[in-house]
Amino acid sequence: MTSENQLRRPPFIRLMLLLLPLATMLGAFVWIAALDPLRSFNNGAPPVEALTVERTIIDANGIALKLRAGGSAPMVIAQVAVDDAYWSFTQDPAGPIARGNAVWVQIPYPWVLGEAHNITLLTNTGMTFAHEIAVAVATPKPSGPQLRLQAIIGAIVGLLPVALGLMFYPAMRGVGQGGMNFLLALTVGLLGFLLLDTVSEALEQSAGAAALFQGSAMVWLAALASFLMLMAIGRWRGNPEGIALAFYIALGIGIHNFGEGLAIGGAFAAGSAGLGTFLVLGFALHNVTEGIGIAAPMLRARPKLWTFAALTLLAGSPAIFGMWMGSLAYAPQWSALALAVGAGAILQVMVEVTAYLLRQNAKWQVALMSPPVLGGFLGGLAFMYATAALIKI
Amino acid sequence: MPAQTEKPSHAAESAVAPAQRDARQAVAAGPASASRRALLVGGLVAAGGAAVVARQAQAQTAPAATGAGNMADMAADPYAADTGGMMSGNMTMVGRVDHARNGFDPTAMLTDWDTGRTEILPDGRTLRIFEVDAIDMEIEIAPGVFFPAWTFNGRVPGPALRAKEGERLRIIFRNLGSHPHSMHFHGIHSARMDGITGAGLIGPGEEFVYEFDAKPFGCHLYHCHALPLKRHMHKGMYGLFVVDPDPALHPEFADVAASRVLGSPENAQWQELAMVMNAFDTNFDGANEVYAVNTIGMAFMNAPIKIDKSRPVRIYLMNATEFDPINSFHLHGNFFDYFDTGSQLVPTLRTVDVIMQCQAQRGILEFSFADHEDGLYMFHAHQAEFTELGWMGFFDVSGGRGE
Repeated sequence: MTSENQLRRPPFIRLMLLLLPLATMLGAFVWIAALDPLRSFNNGAPPVEALTVERTIIDANGIALKLRAGGSAPMVIAQVAVDDAYWSFTQDPAGPIARGNAVWVQIPYPWVLGEAHNITLLTNTGMTFAHEIAVAVATPKPSGPQLRLQAIIGAIVGLLPVALGLMFYPAMRGVGQGGMNFLLALTVGLLGFLLLDTVSEALEQSAGAAALFQGSAMVWLAALASFLMLMAIGRWRGNPEGIALAFYIALGIGIHNFGEGLAIGGAFAAGSAGLGTFLVLGFALHNVTEGIGIAAPMLRARPKLWTFAALTLLAGSPAIFGMWMGSLAYAPQWSALALAVGAGAILQVMVEVTAYLLRQNAKWQVALMSPPVLGGFLGGLAFMYATAALIKI
Repeated sequence: MPAQTEKPSHAAESAVAPAQRDARQAVAAGPASASRRALLVGGLVAAGGAAVVARQAQAQTAPAATGAGNMADMAADPYAADTGGMMSGNMTMVGRVDHARNGFDPTAMLTDWDTGRTEILPDGRTLRIFEVDAIDMEIEIAPGVFFPAWTFNGRVPGPALRAKEGERLRIIFRNLGSHPHSMHFHGIHSARMDGITGAGLIGPGEEFVYEFDAKPFGCHLYHCHALPLKRHMHKGMYGLFVVDPDPALHPEFADVAASRVLGSPENAQWQELAMVMNAFDTNFDGANEVYAVNTIGMAFMNAPIKIDKSRPVRIYLMNATEFDPINSFHLHGNFFDYFDTGSQLVPTLRTVDVIMQCQAQRGILEFSFADHEDGLYMFHAHQAEFTELGWMGFFDVSGGRGE
């Protein structure tokens, strides 16, 4: 009855009903801006200041920092001290830094290879912002050989393990329903570990980003958005299974690897130190399960050889691109965003693989708690946890 | 310096060692550095193994060969003398403090003694009257760095009050600031004049008159004794209080005493400088960001103190540094005699080049550049940290004899 009444209202009235709240809103904003009712809260305290160091470049010219201001008012960097010594510096662009803007500060400081340096940025109000360079090494220049080197490392930690995992495919073909369930559950388990790892890394990265990016909210929202969009795309034409599902898994792992590569490249650019060859091997071992997980849903299909190549590239090569991008233009908020998108993608794949697993079994309630499924899931988690522990110090 | 002259090939040989050191440090750094990613980076660098290091030797060692000190814009000859304005190369503050806006200039403060005004008392003694106001003021303590100070007479350090032994002193103190303040004089006086609660500690808008005799002679100080003491001190409420010895009272050292009496012919021979070592905690975290003499960091690097080498130098030095237990004074290329507290006419230390002072410790330094070459002679705290955070300067010595 009521809705019919509303529909019958003349267009003019309906327009007025829309315009009235709009006009009131506009009026309220103008009033607030004009009267500045918040003025009485101004107690003479200096503005809140925030400064984030997004990039550090160390080279023969000294130390360069990319700073982003996040204060309530434009900020002025008055002096820069390195290791408790005031040092000359140049700022580009010069002058006060508006909220959200970034500048480069170049400090001609004679840094010492392999040692730590502490930089203190002193603003005109006397506030200090500290930035630590834990181990000073020259930031690699984005040269051809450098990019090739990064591609090799990216291939070792990205492409190689996926290819190795896919090589288990022929051996996996012969398994029965129980084995199949085990492998799919194993995939979900390893993805479960990756999901937690990715989210925590994303949150860690976002903590280092400027406050105005709203780190953790951005991470959760980006993960949710990417999860929902990939679910929608994946179910465009029914439930993905077989080779299609394998491609979704590869995509999810690929986005994860891209986010990782981005952060690796960024850390590389920031001059993070080296540890050892065994770590790369550890990572390769750690990531072999990614290949097994990709292969699992295809066991009943008959994929062509190029499918394996494509899956390997899709899952592994983003690590290389991530490294390149990370070393050329790194900022913690972009790493966090990429990792968050990767987390959403991983969650989507977990849902799809679980759905596929359930569809494979007539009595899915029984299958869900069967020894192969439970064993596979927990085994996947345990394997990832154990190999991660190996490479963590 | 040695790093700059190192041959590139030499540095390349040592490229592996730092990588190993990196590994140890990263491990020692603990959980913070143990992210998967950082490790992967580590692996990444190491993955190429020795081959990578060898192939990348040029990139890795470039900083060691040229970067470690030899910045592109530094003088081509590392032994060439630095020149004006950038006396310390790149180790400096950027920009200049606007002394006119501050209303005080650290160089002018060196010789700016406040002798007040005098009257003759019925008993023939001199009554010396000072007027001091406590004023809240934002001051620029390093180029572009502003500090919300509490001042005596709008300057930090406060006026260098100077009187003569035996005079009657009257200090009219007005508190124009936003907090209770006082003037607590080091010296000898009655409890009523002590500048503590109930003895001359006054609230905003109030006035108090301190009155006592000028004794003992020496290089003293005064400061606000309102609580919390640390805050009132490091906000800038301190200054020199010098009592010149009366030669008539020290016949055995009449010449020495006369040379210290401001305005006497003997005193005119000397170049006297008032120096207050101070520091500022700009972010109020209990540690100083800027160290200086007479408030402005690096002031005497940018404007070296002119010294006529034909005349001896006498420095009235006081340590008003808060948060650090001691400060020090080191003179380059010379030695000096030191009179602790200035209350002696014979040196308490002879022929030294470094003295240290606890908070509120003070003394008189006497030295001469008569036989020196002309040139810039540095002086600074020999706590290297203080030095590099602003407490260093030059004497620009010239004139007359020498080589």
